[in-house]
Amino acid sequence: MNKPIIDYLLHLADNSLILGQRNAEWCGHGPILEQDIAITNISLDLIGQSRSFYQYAAQLKNDNTTEDSLAFFRTEREFKNFLLLEQPNGDWAQTILKQFFFSSFQFLLFQQLQKNSDETLAAIAEKSLKEISYHLRWSSEWVERLGDGTEESRNRILNAVNNLWRFTGELFIPAAYETELGIELNSIKENWQEKINEIFKNATLPILSNVFFQTGGKTGNHTEQLGFILTELQYMQRTFPGCEW
Amino acid sequence: MVIMNKLNFNKETIYTYLKEIKDPEIPVLSIVDLGIVRDVKINTDGLEIVITATYTGCPAMDMIATDIRMQLNKLGFTNLKISTIISPAWTTDWISDAGKIKLKNYGIAPPNKRFLIASNGVECPRCQSINTKLISEFGSTACKAMFQCDDCCEPFDYFKCH
Repeated sequence: MNKPIIDYLLHLADNSLILGQRNAEWCGHGPILEQDIAITNISLDLIGQSRSFYQYAAQLKNDNTTEDSLAFFRTEREFKNFLLLEQPNGDWAQTILKQFFFSSFQFLLFQQLQKNSDETLAAIAEKSLKEISYHLRWSSEWVERLGDGTEESRNRILNAVNNLWRFTGELFIPAAYETELGIELNSIKENWQEKINEIFKNATLPILSNVFFQTGGKTGNHTEQLGFILTELQYMQRTFPGCEW
Repeated sequence: MVIMNKLNFNKETIYTYLKEIKDPEIPVLSIVDLGIVRDVKINTDGLEIVITATYTGCPAMDMIATDIRMQLNKLGFTNLKISTIISPAWTTDWISDAGKIKLKNYGIAPPNKRFLIASNGVECPRCQSINTKLISEFGSTACKAMFQCDDCCEPFDYFKCH
């Protein structure tokens, strides 16, 4: 009976976990110390969000499920994150653009979710939104800086746009569980496009059209990248089930 | 070790004990100063301490819960429940005035409503200059931003409005 809400919570949790894990790969490798700290702080916020969603999903499932079992013992096909978020970090431009696309989306979606009739979901959204506004401002500034920067930075962010744009269509194609829960993605799509247009204009970047969109992540059909992430993420718990620090 | 006479306590005395527990990241502030403790409930089956996280990913939360448990256990409270709430969302408005002064004396600029978004000009906690610049919106912990004072030339943290 709780199926759509559990699927949706897992989708939200997986999004945050997978991007959080990707961003954490930058730990100790950021271009300068301050930005290394920024990207890992964002990673921490995202992992915090995913914990809240997993905890709530585990509570609703009301069996032996825990936040840890959801993160560490589900297989690739059970993960419902966007394809966008599992893509490799590539260079700084690609990492930034991925974060910017996602933060813009989360910012709009969570504004809608904080009014959701499910009080726990609404509370998690409201709390996360405070942090997301930082992520959005930080990543927007970086997109502008890279696009309107040097020839080198511009080429890199253009390359990132070419690589990642094809994964943005999926954000707005509702999965069955979203339709059942009445999650409204059309208005978010419009506002998201407006935000992208605004920042891309400041960054002097082109808006791509006629791109074939890749889909499948929301329903568990992933690119080969997710397997590599899970291998690293789940290694300890798979090898020593239930181990604790 | 003093074992509390359990007939002889109320909400206020419990708060006094909780005020002795410091935030692991900012050891000059107690968890009460920070607004992490939201409620103390004296239930028939024991004590319930209600806490909230500052930021969703705050890694100190588990440690804070353990510290509360240890502090109250050693005072003889063993029937203890620590529950976490997420709503209403934590805000820097809950940091007590005493807490803000402690922050400043510790070298962290306290949250200031004039700088809802961290930007140049936050007062330097060392020399009070406003000739300061933002280095990064993210500092050593999620709740702080990094600044540099152009008068005393020292770096400092600003506790961001949240």
